[in-house]
Amino acid sequence: MKIASGWERLRAWFLLPAWIWMAVLFAAPFAIVVVYSLLTRGAYGGLGLPWTLENYQRLLDPLYLGVVVRSFGMAGATTVICLLLGFPLALFISRAGGRKSIYLQLVILPFWTSFLVRLYAWLFLLRDTGLINTALQHLGLIHDPLPLLYNDGAVLLGLVYGYLPFMVLPVYATLERLDPALVEAAADLGAKPWPTLLHVILPLSAPGIRAGSVLVFIPALGAYLTPDLLGGGRTVLIGNLVQNQFTTARDWPFGAAISVGLMALVGVLVLLMLRSEREGLV
Amino acid sequence: MESILELRNLVKLFPNQRAVDGISLKIPRGGFYSLLGPSGCGKTTTLRLIAGFEQPTSGEVLLDGAVVNEQRPYQRNVSTVFQNYALFPHLTAAENIAFGLKRKNQSGIEQKVREALELVRLTGKESRYPAQLSGGERQRVALARSLVLQPDVLLLDEPLAALDPKLRKQMRLELKEMQRRVGITFLLVTHDQEEALSMSDQLAVMNAGAIEQVGTPQDVYLRPSTRFVAGFLGAVNWIGGIGLRPEVTRISRDLPSNGGRFKPATVTGSVFLGNCVHVLTRLESGEDAVAEIPRNHSFQQGAYQTGEAIHVYWNPSDEMIFS
Repeated sequence: MKIASGWERLRAWFLLPAWIWMAVLFAAPFAIVVVYSLLTRGAYGGLGLPWTLENYQRLLDPLYLGVVVRSFGMAGATTVICLLLGFPLALFISRAGGRKSIYLQLVILPFWTSFLVRLYAWLFLLRDTGLINTALQHLGLIHDPLPLLYNDGAVLLGLVYGYLPFMVLPVYATLERLDPALVEAAADLGAKPWPTLLHVILPLSAPGIRAGSVLVFIPALGAYLTPDLLGGGRTVLIGNLVQNQFTTARDWPFGAAISVGLMALVGVLVLLMLRSEREGLV
Repeated sequence: MESILELRNLVKLFPNQRAVDGISLKIPRGGFYSLLGPSGCGKTTTLRLIAGFEQPTSGEVLLDGAVVNEQRPYQRNVSTVFQNYALFPHLTAAENIAFGLKRKNQSGIEQKVREALELVRLTGKESRYPAQLSGGERQRVALARSLVLQPDVLLLDEPLAALDPKLRKQMRLELKEMQRRVGITFLLVTHDQEEALSMSDQLAVMNAGAIEQVGTPQDVYLRPSTRFVAGFLGAVNWIGGIGLRPEVTRISRDLPSNGGRFKPATVTGSVFLGNCVHVLTRLESGEDAVAEIPRNHSFQQGAYQTGEAIHVYWNPSDEMIFS
């Protein structure tokens, strides 16, 4: 008993580094952002008094609500496409026997290079004088270059490309743990391959799908680098709006209010999902 | 008798193993049949070949007279009770039982599920999830899930191995009784000879991918055709090339007078087992023999002392002789 309780005490100390890290680098800056969001923009940018809730009221302006809706739509579409691409891939890898680790390495291979570099590579591929358009023109398939860049499609492509591994890995982890005897049992009871997928494999991989969806949806909602580079400033998402307020517009209080609003929305979504998970709805 | 399941010279080779090495068997309709053998003898692989989870390297599987080699598991009218039951954890007991019926688009599913639950005495637990059921209850769900489909053959892969010993003995009787009631052919795979002896109408003893002997429990226990079968089904004293079960091996302080065979020996020890006593002896030839003596009997005779000179004797009709 004594040894165990001593160990428990030591174990509590293991939390300390993470606590310090979170307090200094997350809680404190977040508190600053909350304070900013309640202040007034100074005459030449910067911050000033009085305290106000006006920044939050501005969020309800249709102009900004439109950006929020677009961001949700884009993040939702990214999640769905990642799921449609990632689930079959994860299923394939989980059944790949000895080749599993090679395929997993390939999935995380993109992380070996900076995300920025990879986005520039997409620019190089997609622009009017890029690899794809040049190749198609040389083949005589098109005359004028296709508008592949600086639109919603390009942004969606970039988001899916960037976040696909975050869907594949958790889904793979649940499929890997799935008892192969369950799949055999389904076949044994007369289930053909598709019904087995639908009624056994899919419901049992729900925890992985849920985790993957959160890991894709939340960063996609706040993405700003991808829409900035591949959207060419034409596709404004929440992330770009925030960045804009802190840079070009020099309206820190409003930028802070958007950030806090985004966090609140994500928080509510995650809480809802946790509840539905507890109640076994998803 | 007409056979519901027939294996014709079935062979299954794995990269570095002859898992099933030419098995031919005819399993009669409506009985309780067992495949008995040590682990790694190929019995589970044989079961998987019958279910369709593995493809034979050569040979044929016939179900109700038709070759089913080309049929997928979901097309074969056999059903498996898996070793760890393989119940769907996201479905309730009733939904597990209904799973196969739904896949086969059968009608009257509710009624059939209710009857199946009744058959395995799980009425009232239909809306529990597998994690909320005990080991024995889980097994009964697995049984009901398969039986409700009325398969030609029910395949049971070591179904009792995951249960605790007391429950295991009780389930032997229940399984046997259930087989009689539903009349479906049961094919049980086990490494436990007591299990196979107590439940089977007929059994096949397997070793190293091949069948050593087929017969009734009495046949294989009392008249084993090979030394392996004799040794696998129970303890054997080997005395000058013949085999004797400990329970027919007798000992006496006096020269036995019943006209049987006997050999002089020395007591080397004894083991008290509750319902009986095992007296360990060494013959003059140097061979060891164990005599199983009922407890009362051993008290009447007085405890045998280590080092005591005695006679080991037996009836010639109890001898197991192998060529």
